[in-house]
Amino acid sequence: MFFVQHLINGLSLGSLYALIAIGYTMVYGILRLINFAHGDLFMLGAYLGLYLLTWTGMPWWLVFIIAALMTGVFGILLEKAAYAPLRHEPRIMVLISAIGASFFLENLAILIFGGKPQAFTVPAFLDKNIKLDSLNFNVVQIVIPVVTIVLLIILAFLINKTKMGMAMRALATDYDAASLMGIDVNKVISFTFFIGTVLAGFGGVLYASRYPQLMPLMGMMPGNKCFIAAVIGGIGNLTGAVIGGLILGMSEILIVGLFPTLNDYRDGFAFILLILILTFKPTGIFGSTVKEKV
Amino acid sequence: MAAKYTKQRKNTNRDLVCLLIFVGLTILITLLPLDAYYRKITNLCLINVVLGLSLNLVNGYTGLFSLGHYGFMALGAYVTAILTMSQESKEAYYMIEPAYDWILKLHLPLIPALIFAGLIAAFFGFLISLPVLRLNDDYLAIASMGFAEIILVLIRTQFRLTNGALGLKGVPRTTSSVLYGAVAIIMVIFMLTLTKSNKGRNLIAIRENEIAARAVGINAFRHKVISFTWSSFWAGVGGGLMATLIGTVNPMQFTFQLTFNILLIVVLGGMGKTWGNIVSAIIVTFALEILRFLDEPMDLLFIKSDGMPGLRMVIFSLLLIIIVNLRARNGKKKRNKKLEEEKEALPNA
Repeated sequence: MFFVQHLINGLSLGSLYALIAIGYTMVYGILRLINFAHGDLFMLGAYLGLYLLTWTGMPWWLVFIIAALMTGVFGILLEKAAYAPLRHEPRIMVLISAIGASFFLENLAILIFGGKPQAFTVPAFLDKNIKLDSLNFNVVQIVIPVVTIVLLIILAFLINKTKMGMAMRALATDYDAASLMGIDVNKVISFTFFIGTVLAGFGGVLYASRYPQLMPLMGMMPGNKCFIAAVIGGIGNLTGAVIGGLILGMSEILIVGLFPTLNDYRDGFAFILLILILTFKPTGIFGSTVKEKV
Repeated sequence: MAAKYTKQRKNTNRDLVCLLIFVGLTILITLLPLDAYYRKITNLCLINVVLGLSLNLVNGYTGLFSLGHYGFMALGAYVTAILTMSQESKEAYYMIEPAYDWILKLHLPLIPALIFAGLIAAFFGFLISLPVLRLNDDYLAIASMGFAEIILVLIRTQFRLTNGALGLKGVPRTTSSVLYGAVAIIMVIFMLTLTKSNKGRNLIAIRENEIAARAVGINAFRHKVISFTWSSFWAGVGGGLMATLIGTVNPMQFTFQLTFNILLIVVLGGMGKTWGNIVSAIIVTFALEILRFLDEPMDLLFIKSDGMPGLRMVIFSLLLIIIVNLRARNGKKKRNKKLEEEKEALPNA
């Protein structure tokens, strides 16, 4: 029972990580860029959810969807402002711009939302507590994996069955050749950012329902961890991102659950895992090796 | 060939002149009677010169995008604090759990303590570089940041070693600019000799094209490790200087934000440009101080606000994005111009 309890906790955290990791992996697959601001867009999604919930009387599920879509729009804006002008620059320059964008969003959030933590008004339905035998969990912990699965199915459809998805796959395989074939690169990249950020937005509102304390810097740690999850699964690979997210979430919960004394080291754990993976299998679980061409 | 030779000579001369100006200015600053506030800012400028150049060594000269600088600074700061604090103040400040006995007994004068801080940071930098430098670009960035985070997690949790989240207070403070100026001058001379030496040229070759550099027989990995280790050494010294300037160390000081500020110095001053970095270190330090008013309550004629914490950093991060964009635009113009020139040089068909 003890183990099942941790499994449920791990599954919900892992699904959250998976949702955010997909955004990293999609952007990286096409642009070869770590979107450092991805975690901050996740934070933005959570805040948008909070304000929409308090200001409008919409049902919670509609709020969640609208907040996620709005986050997606911010993702497109970010790409247009910080990344698009640097498309043919050395990667270091783009990375610096990404870090700048991340700091910009964080501090803008401090400016607008205030530096103090705010409580997320968790919808009553999600907050309900369920007791089964000795198991004890909230409805939201079931909702998170379910929503994640639904979103993943939609994503798989988008990528495998639509024209836009085909264009995305083409760009990820060979950027130059794809752009020569008449694919509108800017449109596809914007779309990729939109999809990735919508998922981060969903991650944000769901995370807030599970851990209802919002802070402008709340995106930093999950952002880093989810990038790590994407690396573990093999960056650029969507299945890998999901598996990596689940592995990271599960192992984090299990390690803290089995060895409570290690709780203080929780945030360091993901980084240790990253370094181990990078040392022994730099391409991740599902990644393919890319030969360096001279 | 001859033209190239004179160009090198000219560069050496320019470096000498700039070095003399820098030394002269530093001496002038040391002698000037400044009040405590300005003295602190000038000292911070000098520290930032050291830190900016040390990050420039890896990011600018070697082309390794490391983000782990704040971890090494934290190491240096803690080592300096523990070594220079007196036994009584250590006994007083380790409140959560008493310090280890050997920590209490450790004591060194400031300058050996700083060197020791640098050495410890360099040692960790060396250890970390072995796995991390096998990676490139973005992976390196994240992995180096990961190590810095691990160092900070350790600092936060080892109460008997570092006093945990409370940090250490009562580090003996140094206010005179002599120390900071001297270290900054040594750092500048170090960078100048390094970049003019064989090793430095190898580093630049690796940055420009690693495969080509390896093809002409440069051991790229070894050079990267050396560069990373030296950079961590100076980051440790810089962190130690910060500890004696401020008089306290705690884990909250050493955040990713710190790397960001130094990165701003490097980007603004130009990657791989020593003098540009010195100028930008001074500008960024002053700007960060001057723009402090942005966070405070404002009463301009039409705009009234009661304090907007965060506005300062919003403007600073915008600045970084704009600078990078401008750089990109300039680079494009230059490339286009070069292409045109080449086209004109072609015989008309």
